[in-house]
Amino acid sequence: MTPGTNAGAGEGTPVKTGIMDRAESLAKVMIAPAIAYIVAMIGFPFVMAILYSLSDATTGDPTLRITGFQNYAAILKSPVFRLALKNTFIFALVSQVVVIILSRILAACLMKPFRGKWIARFLVMLPWTAPIALGTIGWLWMLDSIFSPIDWIFRSAGLLGTPGALLGPETNIYWLGRPGLAMASVIGVHVWRLLPLATVIQLAGLSSIPQDLIEAAEIDGAAGWRRTVEITIPLTLPIIGIAFLFGLIFTFNDMAVVYVLTRGGPVHSTQVLSTWTFFKGIEGGDLAQGAAISLFLFPVLAGVATLMLRLARRAEVV
Amino acid sequence: MTGIRKLAGRGGLYAVIATFAFFGAFPFYWMVIATFKTDHDLFSPLNNPFLFNEPPTLDHLKVLFFDTHYVTYLVNTFWVGTAVVFITLVVAVPAAYSLARWARGWGEALGIGIFLTYLVPPTILFIPLSRFAGALGLQESLWSLILIYPTFTIPFCTWLLMGFFKTIPKDIEEQAMIDGLSRLGAMARVVLPLSVSGLLTIVVFAFTLTMHEFLYALTFISVSLKKTVSIGVPTELVRGDVFQWGPLMAGALIASIPVAVVYTFFLDRFIAGFTMGAIK
Repeated sequence: MTPGTNAGAGEGTPVKTGIMDRAESLAKVMIAPAIAYIVAMIGFPFVMAILYSLSDATTGDPTLRITGFQNYAAILKSPVFRLALKNTFIFALVSQVVVIILSRILAACLMKPFRGKWIARFLVMLPWTAPIALGTIGWLWMLDSIFSPIDWIFRSAGLLGTPGALLGPETNIYWLGRPGLAMASVIGVHVWRLLPLATVIQLAGLSSIPQDLIEAAEIDGAAGWRRTVEITIPLTLPIIGIAFLFGLIFTFNDMAVVYVLTRGGPVHSTQVLSTWTFFKGIEGGDLAQGAAISLFLFPVLAGVATLMLRLARRAEVV
Repeated sequence: MTGIRKLAGRGGLYAVIATFAFFGAFPFYWMVIATFKTDHDLFSPLNNPFLFNEPPTLDHLKVLFFDTHYVTYLVNTFWVGTAVVFITLVVAVPAAYSLARWARGWGEALGIGIFLTYLVPPTILFIPLSRFAGALGLQESLWSLILIYPTFTIPFCTWLLMGFFKTIPKDIEEQAMIDGLSRLGAMARVVLPLSVSGLLTIVVFAFTLTMHEFLYALTFISVSLKKTVSIGVPTELVRGDVFQWGPLMAGALIASIPVAVVYTFFLDRFIAGFTMGAIK
């Protein structure tokens, strides 16, 4: 052991000899299980996914025969895939824009001291802290085709269910039964689910602003909204970016919301890439095409992750 | 004048917070209502759905606990969660410790690399992993979940713990080693006891993340008795096309609330790890 390689071990401590006391080798031994697991269970499957996407494997005949890019060509021609691709982007972008705006407002409120903050925080965080599949079931019942309480309110207000009513003469709105409304419902549930995460990130951002900056602005007589526009928003921009990108990754990959609410229906109008991967690759048994569908967005995800790392570095400087 | 304005501001603040709290919690309030409502009340479109038009009932809870496999789902979830927590601790603690302490140059890069694997989506991994589980004879077995769930707990918890260990001063271990403890001894007897809150955070996250997981469980498990809560409730409490809304809501509610309460306590740390320590 040369002193140079032992830089982190703390010079001046008595050097012991057993292998478990040699810092470098001990470090390697201790990291090895984690690396081995990650390589075996994330790295290897990832490579396999790429190989599958270039093969013609099915659950009936899973042997790997590389056949080239035909799966990618096939999915690009498929109208369902194109719809799912479009929906994935619409759902992710629309819901995240709404989430960022709402979470900024909510975070600004939660920064202020008020009574009952703990319970308010608990309630506001529920959509994120409770298991998503179970929370979505609550929505499924709220958006029910017959017993939706939202419909009931509209009916009671005379907006629905009578001839000439504003929202139509039918007794129900069928939130999940009509393509446009089903999409809006899915976006709504995504907003509901990711608002807490974005709020906590923004809260952390807001509380990292040096207090003297705000005080200086107050002394200069800057009004509330001016302080927001000229100081807090520019200072927290990298963190707002992180919240947005995290939300994007989550919605891109989410499968539970769409699966529980609509299973991609009606007629694929809410199909996204993650659900389509599942239906095609697992339920349909077409491993090769499923893998191709799931990998399709990976370059985008990798780009988003890189951007996020850059932003995180910048935020650290602030 | 300013007094009135202040009062209005207060009122406005409460109104905004109340609106958000209502939006966040309403589906759960809705579960509470459905859990205790009689079927007749639940399925009369003319009844006010927000109130109990008939006396509350415990029937749905009886059905849930005695006529469905709900208790089995809870037990399965608990068992998978405990096993995954154990594996995560055994693998992530030593890794995080070495990354934080010894591996200076490459430690940071390796740490970020490990964290990034957390971002590889399950939607890419689950098709090959389903073949793995098949090859190992683990189809329809909770062991497949126990084997696979660390794919998201290990990267994340290693990263989180790494940041945590860095905050413990090195001098403490060095002093212990001068006093005659070996390096591992110093880690086990001095550093770990100081890290109890960090370790507890890992335990909570590993457990809640496994409880939240949906895609892998849906892919690997289709036998009713082997399901976890997260998939058992949405897929099994539906008979044919008939939704048993009462028991369904009760099942979702009972599994959600305890995990939400525990999670809330640890949320800030979770987010700190999430944003890669960018926010202090």
